[in-house]
This record gives sequence, C-alpha cells and structure tokens, in this order.
Amino acid sequence: MSNAVDVEKNFNSKLEKNDFVEPKDWMPENYRKHLIRQISQHAHSEIIGMLPEGNWISRAPSLRSKMVLLAKVQDEGGHGLYLYTAAETLGISRDELLGALHTGKAKYSSIFNYPTLTWADIGAVGWLVDGAAIMNQVMLQRTSYGPYSRAMIRICKEESFHQRQGYEIMCRLSFGTEAQKEMAQDALNRWWFPTMMMFGPPDKDSPNSEQAIKWRIKRETNDELRQKFVDRTVEQAEFLGLTIPDKNLKWNETKKGYDFSEPNWEEFYNVIKGNGPCNKERLEARNKAHSDGAWVREAAMAYAEKKKENILAA
Amino acid sequence: MTTQEALFKYTLRLSDTSLILAQRLSEWTSKGPFLEEDLALTNIALDILGQANSLLEYAAKTEGKGRSSDDLAFFRNEREFYNTLLVEQPNGDYAQTILRQCLIDNFDLLFYQELAKSKDETLAAIAAKSIKEITYHVRHTSSWVDRFGNGTEESHTRIQNALNELWRFTDELFEMNEVDAVLLKEKIAVDLQAIKPLWKKQVDAILEKANLKLPETVFMQTGSRNAKHTEHLGYILAEMQYLPRMHPTAKW
Repeated sequence: MSNAVDVEKNFNSKLEKNDFVEPKDWMPENYRKHLIRQISQHAHSEIIGMLPEGNWISRAPSLRSKMVLLAKVQDEGGHGLYLYTAAETLGISRDELLGALHTGKAKYSSIFNYPTLTWADIGAVGWLVDGAAIMNQVMLQRTSYGPYSRAMIRICKEESFHQRQGYEIMCRLSFGTEAQKEMAQDALNRWWFPTMMMFGPPDKDSPNSEQAIKWRIKRETNDELRQKFVDRTVEQAEFLGLTIPDKNLKWNETKKGYDFSEPNWEEFYNVIKGNGPCNKERLEARNKAHSDGAWVREAAMAYAEKKKENILAA
Repeated sequence: MTTQEALFKYTLRLSDTSLILAQRLSEWTSKGPFLEEDLALTNIALDILGQANSLLEYAAKTEGKGRSSDDLAFFRNEREFYNTLLVEQPNGDYAQTILRQCLIDNFDLLFYQELAKSKDETLAAIAAKSIKEITYHVRHTSSWVDRFGNGTEESHTRIQNALNELWRFTDELFEMNEVDAVLLKEKIAVDLQAIKPLWKKQVDAILEKANLKLPETVFMQTGSRNAKHTEHLGYILAEMQYLPRMHPTAKW
C-alpha cells in the first residue's frame, strides 16, 4: 500500500518540479489514457493533414512551390511518425492506433475536414492552420511526458518553416494580380473561423482541459491560445491588405488584445461528429491507401520470414 | 544544328524526363502502402524534382531567349516535351511504380556517372550531385523488386505483370539522334549505346534474383525523341500547367 502512495507522490513531485515523466515511470492510468488519446489524435491529424495539402502538389503553379509543398507534405508524414512512436512508448501499437483511425473511432483535427479549393488555400493552410498549430505545439514542448515533449521540439522546428511558407504564398497572392488577391481574400474568408475552432471549445465547455492542465500535459487553456493567435494574426492580415471576416474584431485597450466573434460551435460539433464537408473523403482516402497497400506489407513480411528461415537453415 | 541548339534539346530531354517522373511519383504522396514507404518514395520524388529544376534552369539559360525554368515547365505543349515514354506511364499498382522506378534508377545511375565526365561543366556538376541520390534510389527500388518477386504469390504476379507492361518502353531510353551526334563530338553527351549492355546486365541480375522473366514477344515503342508521346502526357500537362496558364501574367 505504502508503495502505491510513494509512486503517486513521486509522480506528483515530478509535475511540481517540472520534471519529465518517462515511459518507465509509474503514472496514473488516466494520465496514460489521456496521453494516448491526445498524442494519437495529433499523429492522425498529421497523416490526415497530408491529404488536403497533397491535393495541390500536382497543380502547384511554379517549380519552387511544387518542391516546397512536396517537402512540406513529407514533413507532415515524418511528424506523424515521431508521434506514433511517442504514443507507442505508452504501451499501444501503431496497428491499434491506425485501426482506431480507419474505423472512425479515433479523432483528428477537424480542420482537415475542410476542402482545399484553390491554390490560395495552400497559403491559408500554412499561414493560419500551421500558425494555430504552432501555438499549441510550442506549449507542448514543455508538456510533462518526456517522449511527447521531445517529439514536439523536433516538430516545432519544421512547423515554423511551414508557416513561413504559407505566409509567403499569401504575400505573393496579396501583392499579385487582382485575381490572385481575390483568391487570397476568399481563402481567408473560408479558413478564418475553422482555424479559430482548432483551439477547441471555450474553456467553460472543455471537460478535458482542466485535468490536462493539472497534469501539465497542457500548459495554456484553449481560450488563452485562441486570444494569442488572433492578436498575432490580425497584424499579419493588415500587412497583406486582407480583411479578417469578423465585423466584431476590435482592439480592446483594457485587455491589450482584440475582441472577436466566437466561431459557430454548432458547426464545430457537427464536423467532429463526421458531418464536415470532407470527413467522408478523408477517411475513405486513408482506408483506400491502407487496403491498397495490404499486399505490399504482406509481401514484405513474407520476404522477411523467408530470409529468417534461410539464415536459420544455413 | 548548332551545339547550343543541341545542348538545349538535350537538357530538355533530361529535365522533362525528371519533371514528368517526379509529377507521377508525387501522386503517391499520402497514399503509400505504409508511412515509412510513403516518406521514402516522396523522398525519391523530391530528389528527382530537384534534378528537374536544376536542369530546367540550365535549359532556360542555354536557350538564351529570356524564358525562365517555370516558362519551360508550364508554357510548353505536348509536342514540345522530350521526356521518355516510360516516365509518363500511369503509376498502376505499387509494383508497377516500383518496377518503372527500378528500371529508370538503374539507367540513371549509369547515365549520370558518365555525364559527370561531360565537357559541359554545368551538366557534369548536376550529374555529380545526382549520383549520390540515385545510388540510394537504386538500392531502394531494387530491393523492393526482390521483395515482391520473392514475397507472396500475389506480389510475384503483380511485379511480373508490371514487367510485361513496361518492358516495351525500355529500348527508347537508349535511342540517339542528331542531338546526340552533335554533342558526342564535343564530348558533352553520353554514348547511350555504350551503356545499354551494362544496363541490361544489371537489370538481368535484378530480375533473376527476383525470379522474374522478360516478356517474350515485345514490340518496342518509340517517339519521345521527336516529342511524340503516349496519350497520358496530355493529361499530366493539363493538370500541372492549368494555373499558370490561366493567369499568364501572375507571379507565384
């Protein structure tokens, strides 16, 4: 009995001292579960996120933008890989995690259920979506679980490059021809509120947040991060000469930040439930890739088995 | 044909082959059979796209008419592209993509090793840089051909079908015309007939190890040296070029 009390004390003191919890350390079962859910959702988001961006590789309008986008989508895949590996340290296999994704049981960031309709969307995704993701990810570099924190440190380095790449596309469009500028404004109009939703529901309606903050898995609340994002993005939009599609957006001198409209949370819950514009397509594309690849994975396994037998026989 | 004209066409042949191949390979990105392989194939696509970019820049410079590498990539028509027929073929299943890539990688390794000795310094430099990348590609795709050939019955059937399908586009890799004649004299071009038996020997070894047989009666297809393509190229270009062509004055 005293042992159980000791390990829990040890765990809590790590959190207090801002030390990392490592895979071999004792941890509360709910902490482990929360992490598996959060890290795997994050990994799935990277993998699903490859689809809307991959959608434009073949149509990127210059050689340079094609190279940058291809490299970017590859980075997202790499991030997925780091994160799956981090989740595996918590005693779950990649097959189990992928199974949950493919059956629709596991969630991923709802932003990727919106379509990339024009080239400007690739700019907007980099600028806004990656910009919002970075807010979250910078915070997660200081998360309490060691492998997650280390994965986030690697990911953050690449993400800030992605965001710059997106902003660069927006710059070229915004300072380009009339048609390009319209394309940029249209993309901002469509991506603004879905991006705001990425931080999750308001703190008062976010049941998992409080515990996550106690465990130091999260370090800032949804509303705090959303405010930071708005404050930073308004200036960038002004520089581009684009208008953020929110009539209530206004500087508030008292709080030294912007007031802004809440996104439509009903839409948010609908997309989470599977009713977004691309939920069906995203899941189908993932499932198709996985089932089309089944014979490849089987061949690789059979080949490895034969090699092993040959070595044993020799 | 002047040396400059020949050099322009020769460089286009190489750049277009890389560009169209990269375009095909990147169709797999986010759809690979598993994550690690998705990343590996995208990596190959990126290397090849990088080669295309360097070569197109050089082609634009060689032409000397003020066109940029993007102009060459996005504002030429079907009858002005000189990529080989093999690279424009559809990806098919993963076996077909891997087999196509394996045939090309083995060709490219021999080709770029020779081109690295070219009297043209830019081509030699691009080739030298490419060799490192291609050495890795050869290892990757050759090992997959082996794995498919000796994996399961299904994978063996699929890779054999891929070979049956694609072999007819391989003779063309070694075709030479006036462009080659002009540049061979200047020690700029690679003698393709000289590397053909080396390529055949390497490929035979890979196929033998994988228990694969060359199809017996094959009529070899040709045309790309005169910019005559299969029907696939038009669709690739339509997709790749539509946006710059819709906004011809725009910068991206």
